[in-house]
Amino acid sequence: MKHLLIVGGGTAGTMMANKLAPVLDSDQWRITLIDEHETHYYQPGFLFIPWGIYNKQDVIKPKRDFYPSNIDVIIAPIEIIEPDANRVKLADGRVIVYDLMIIATGSRINPGETEGMLGDKWHKNIFDFYTIEGATALRNFIKYWEGGKMVVNVVEMPIKCPVAPLEFVFLADWYFTEQGIRDKVDIEYVTPLPGAFTKPIAAKFLGEFLTKKNIKLTSDFSAGRVDQENNTLYSWEEEAINYDLLVTIPTNMGSEVIGRSGMGDELNFIPTDPHTLQSKKWDNVFVLGDATDLPSSKAGSVAHFEADVLFENIQRYIDGRPLKAAFDGHANCYIESGFGKGILIDFNYDVEPLPGKFPLPGIGPFSLLQETRMNHWGKMTFRWVYWNLLLKGAELPIEAQMTMAGKKRV
Amino acid sequence: MATATLAGITVERDDEGYLKNPNDWTEEMAPELAKEMGIDTLTDEHWKVIRFMRQDFQEKGQVPTIRRMKVAGGIPVKDLYNLFPKGPAKKAAYIAGLGKPHGCI
Ligand SMILES: Cc1cc2nc3c(=O)[nH]c(=O)nc-3n(C[C@H](O)[C@H](O)[C@H](O)COP(=O)(O)OP(=O)(O)OC[C@H]3O[C@@H](n4cnc5c(N)ncnc54)[C@H](O)[C@@H]3O)c2cc1C
Repeated sequence: MKHLLIVGGGTAGTMMANKLAPVLDSDQWRITLIDEHETHYYQPGFLFIPWGIYNKQDVIKPKRDFYPSNIDVIIAPIEIIEPDANRVKLADGRVIVYDLMIIATGSRINPGETEGMLGDKWHKNIFDFYTIEGATALRNFIKYWEGGKMVVNVVEMPIKCPVAPLEFVFLADWYFTEQGIRDKVDIEYVTPLPGAFTKPIAAKFLGEFLTKKNIKLTSDFSAGRVDQENNTLYSWEEEAINYDLLVTIPTNMGSEVIGRSGMGDELNFIPTDPHTLQSKKWDNVFVLGDATDLPSSKAGSVAHFEADVLFENIQRYIDGRPLKAAFDGHANCYIESGFGKGILIDFNYDVEPLPGKFPLPGIGPFSLLQETRMNHWGKMTFRWVYWNLLLKGAELPIEAQMTMAGKKRV
Repeated sequence: MATATLAGITVERDDEGYLKNPNDWTEEMAPELAKEMGIDTLTDEHWKVIRFMRQDFQEKGQVPTIRRMKVAGGIPVKDLYNLFPKGPAKKAAYIAGLGKPHGCI
């Protein structure tokens, strides 16, 4: 009997378990999934918590509800992965040996990487919204805030869901307008990138939205430290930005276990073949989701497209066939822009976000790189799609590979 | 893309001036490239960074990030910003004859 081990049972690990469990021959393969926590968080929902649109209950469900019944599930932290010996050691001393391993340990924020971030004022007037604790603490702050200067800062790239901080400031503009205190709130978006976003056409488009919404953009700012005493954020070059409320997107890193196991780069992301998703170092190790070092977005939609490719490659690997180099970096992200509207972008390693219609060329119903009400509904429906289709590994009516059909070169 | 003569050697450069082929680079070209980036003299500290970047690029096939220079090269981030103000990763890669570091997304 051979053993397939899935390490990490979040978005990507759950999808892989659901796709593979029905197709692997149960006389030959057994599947085990390991995760350290019982609760699954719908992370895209964290964005809506500070504004009271979602609460904690809206974004959590038990992980076990989503795992297939015919696999073994272990809920325990992993101490170390030893890929040279094909085994994993758990913190409680158990040792698990595998023939084939899929790693999906995700990425998480590491505010401690920035000097002064984790002082007394952490979660007092400095918040993240990438964790449930941060998002709910920020909700309690914003609920009673009477105004002042809000600074939203991306510390360094890459971050998961790179559009989320922009959505955050768009929603802030909407929320404070609704509360009737927009004139008492200054919003400043501070990023290490040269513009609002990474890719030129989308950066220009989104930059214009910031201007339109009276949100100040400060680009090329590499955050070096926080002076909590004086409510000031400093760049490495000592440029100072004052705040009353600092919302930080701290350094994102892969799971510590990847670092401890010597499997990652400086940020604990695992060197991965960008097209086959095989580890660059170990043939019987595959990686997907936020845990990879790929130059694609770290997003649930990307994990979904990767899962389609990996599903095929795992079967090919088992059958001794050459792997298919099919992943193209495809990402598809709804950007909530406030006032019940949204923007949609669709892109891959080579093609930056372009305007057009999606998924049906010329028809839509969604519009690419345009602000529409329909796109907002796409974003809000995503939660249902996520729990009911995506995690279960169901086919969605979108190809894993990006298509140019319906897109316009500009 | 255009060709240019640096330290007496003809090299190809991209639209932003980065060398097209890192193997064309010689140490003699660095001072000229540095001037284009507004750095008049290259000190030993600058050279430490440039040599680390060259070596790491040879080994990894990738232009090192600021974090990599800190962790693997032992060069404090603060120093990098003092030596190569306003975008050390790009400026140092430019002077070291490497391609533009990929922005991530
Ligand atoms: C605020 C926010 C907004 C977002 N918005 C969107 C959006 O609109 N659209 C979109 O597509 N994506 C969005 N995302 C991104 C999306 O949530 C992630 O890309 C996706 O969840 C990645 O899946 P993953 O399986 O790689 O990682 P995760 O889902 O994070 O799962 C990793 C799992 O590994 C487990 N693990 C880690 N280390 C260990 C260990 N040592 N031992 C055992 N288990 C371990 C963890 O417990 C976890 O369950 C957003 C994210 C955030 C934070």
